[in-house]
Amino acid sequence: MTIESKADRSLTSRRVEAIKPSGIRKFFDLLAGMEGAISLGVGEPDFATPWHIREAAIYALEHGRTMYTSNAGTPELRREIASYLSRTHNLDYNPLSEVVVTVGVSEALDLAARAILDPGDEVLLPDPCYVSYPSCVTLAGGVPVPVPTFESQSFELNPADVARAITPRTRAILLGYPANPTGAVMPADKLSEIAILAERHNLIVISDEIYNRLTYGVTAPSFASLPGMKERTVVLNGVSKCYSMTGWRIGYAAGPKEIVAGMTKIHQYTMLCASSMGQAAAVEALKNGEDDITAMVDDYNRRRMVMVSGFNSLGLSCFDPRGAFYAFPSVKSTGLSSDEFAERLLKEEKVAVVPGTAFGEQGEGYLRCCYATAMSQIEEALERIQRFLNRL
Amino acid sequence: MLKHEVLKILESDARTTPEQIARMTGGLLDEVKQVIRDAESDRTIVRYKTVVNWEKVSNDRVEAIIEVKVTPQRDTGFDAIAKHIYNFPEARTVYLMSGTYDLAVLVTGKTMHQVADFVSQKLAQIDGVQGTTTHFMLKRYKEDGEVLAGAEEIQRQQVVL
Repeated sequence: MTIESKADRSLTSRRVEAIKPSGIRKFFDLLAGMEGAISLGVGEPDFATPWHIREAAIYALEHGRTMYTSNAGTPELRREIASYLSRTHNLDYNPLSEVVVTVGVSEALDLAARAILDPGDEVLLPDPCYVSYPSCVTLAGGVPVPVPTFESQSFELNPADVARAITPRTRAILLGYPANPTGAVMPADKLSEIAILAERHNLIVISDEIYNRLTYGVTAPSFASLPGMKERTVVLNGVSKCYSMTGWRIGYAAGPKEIVAGMTKIHQYTMLCASSMGQAAAVEALKNGEDDITAMVDDYNRRRMVMVSGFNSLGLSCFDPRGAFYAFPSVKSTGLSSDEFAERLLKEEKVAVVPGTAFGEQGEGYLRCCYATAMSQIEEALERIQRFLNRL
Repeated sequence: MLKHEVLKILESDARTTPEQIARMTGGLLDEVKQVIRDAESDRTIVRYKTVVNWEKVSNDRVEAIIEVKVTPQRDTGFDAIAKHIYNFPEARTVYLMSGTYDLAVLVTGKTMHQVADFVSQKLAQIDGVQGTTTHFMLKRYKEDGEVLAGAEEIQRQQVVL
């Protein structure tokens, strides 16, 4: 390499330059310091972590359990994860070789991408999808290939579209259902068609199932539970969303032992291990947290009903989201783009929502609105949106 | 199912309007109103009440829990004595208990003296009451599931997710 070419290089790598700052972050910069604003933007439960779970962490601290744990996580937590997956999805994982505890699902996703991708490998992912998916693929040297999903098809990934997007370079499919930002849940029959494609083309499936327990009137199957899929699926999950434990940063991955070993290898050189107190809390959550999930889901469901029916009655047609805690109303009828709508709504009525474009091209014309916020705030936000629409 | 949902919502916030409940449950407004009317008339909904933290308002309120040991009566068991007690306006709550005493009576008064008078002059003199033990409440930390000191504040920071 010549001195000139070195001088031309920027301070950051090409991979980092290839990824864009998140559209959510950009939006929240506008919100910062704004008095009286209502935020429907944060995708985070608004409950404090249930007390019995916090107590487990306090107990761990009081008993001096403050050291590193095994890289892959405490054997106790890995056993509890395996038991949970067996109980909820009839999946049979060896806790010591097929499960790794990570620093949230975000790390699990990064590890999975880095463990399976070589430079140039293509990864199919639904569009719109969670902001991290394409960036994690890019950072791992892969090429994200968006497969459009449509409101008319309930934002489900259409197997025929997936089939068309597959090339010889396709290495994996990255699924995130129930979906952030749409709230879509994939039915088992459509997942089965994708499973057939995965088998036919020898693809790995990374299945982010973090919202798996937050469903309303439906159940969300685990991709790994489909016939023949456990051998080629990396299930990503964690305790953040369904036990309201976002700040604890405890996620996990379960999958074929070769992939889990690869992920653990990267994890040990980067994170080393997840926090020991967080792991103790996660054991308690998985063991005794079912009632917490039920109570939170009941509450979210009431807010979901208010938000979705509210948007529809305002003339912003809103797809019926059956999972996660997001509504994804269309603003196409207003003639404004997602960005224009969201920016004006924030400036004129102090309601923060995230433009759908933050999640991919298919998000144009939509907004992501999180209903994990107080009912009074949701109702007030809907009134403000009504005022805003009246002025358009 | 709808009835259960409606009752749960009203139990947590009695001010929720039928229109709001209809939106929260996806039920029809008329159905929700009917559920509420039925529940009110058959006393499934007994009363709409507010949990007040009186310590923030004034100090002229004293509460006590009175343990009452009674001799059950022929035919009516504990019920006749319980009725006698719950008819006093001072007795806000009356429970039949298992264990070392029989009835628990929550009494409210303006002064400790007033509560003591009620116990000695009215409660203790009822036929069949063998004895009473009065426990004055010093501080209320949690009432009806609500922490009176104030709910935990959830602090969210800006994050991409």
